[in-house]
Amino acid sequence: MDRLYFEDFPPGEIAEYGDAPVTAEAIVEFARQFDPQPFHLGQEAARDSLAGELIASGWHTAAMLMRMNCDEFLSRAASQGAPGVEELDWIKPVKPGDRLRARRATLSARPSRSRPALGVIEFRFDVVNQNAEIVMTQKNAIFFLRRGAAEAAR
Amino acid sequence: MIALFYEDHRVGQTAVVGACEFTREAIVAFARAYDPQPFHLDDAAGAASPFGSLCASGWHTACVGMRALIDYREAQRTAAAARGEPLPPLGVGAGIRAMRWANPVRPGAVVTYSARIEAMRETKRPQWGLISSRAIGVDQHGREVLSYLCHVLVARRGR
Repeated sequence: MDRLYFEDFPPGEIAEYGDAPVTAEAIVEFARQFDPQPFHLGQEAARDSLAGELIASGWHTAAMLMRMNCDEFLSRAASQGAPGVEELDWIKPVKPGDRLRARRATLSARPSRSRPALGVIEFRFDVVNQNAEIVMTQKNAIFFLRRGAAEAAR
Repeated sequence: MIALFYEDHRVGQTAVVGACEFTREAIVAFARAYDPQPFHLDDAAGAASPFGSLCASGWHTACVGMRALIDYREAQRTAAAARGEPLPPLGVGAGIRAMRWANPVRPGAVVTYSARIEAMRETKRPQWGLISSRAIGVDQHGREVLSYLCHVLVARRGR
């Protein structure tokens, strides 16, 4: 497949992709390592909590979105990394048995002023479950090489 | 130090919650699972990237900070329980804003995490207050590697 550059993300484009099954085992494994709170560690422990049942760490959901983004486009893109994440909202709990996909909207695309070989794309990502409910949204920019700059460097 | 109940927090309170070394193995293992971009997996690809070397996924940096925060709070809860004090129910995070990965985390880096209370307000639900705090990660050279603002529900005393 061709590499993806700055020019390959036109503003206004919407893309949907991914099918990530959420298992209790994966929720607990992630939580043991990074977010060991009772409602992420097992059904038994979660019952007495605010959530009342086992739910995924919000950081786990964010990591699953990152993986879907890598598999769909970042791994074959001339990505130069991201400066950070402007907004991230956890809207609904993610539970064992859920299936998650990603919806990506390209909000804006602008060449970098300070680094002419780069462009900045601003995306909004929705993580959507099997009931078409948005469980998480995220807005962030990613740097990409510009196609012309990459060709000139060859 | 950061407290357990909403009422016991003050704007401006700061706490160092923990520190963690990022080994090459941990950086690559996280990247394989969640962020398999070449500059998080491979030395040569890292050297050719804008980061100049293999470096940790920003999500890895953030997740390790979450772990430090949870361990810190658990130690506070254990100490409070040992003093016979009541423990609040655990609230959940609603979201984060303005997360910045200002500098890369390279293999061998030791990141120290801290949290600072930036704002507090009551919510429509009398048993919960909303606390906004800034999480910051700084490496062994004093360079900021992580910063974000988070909003978390925290239980109010005696509700």
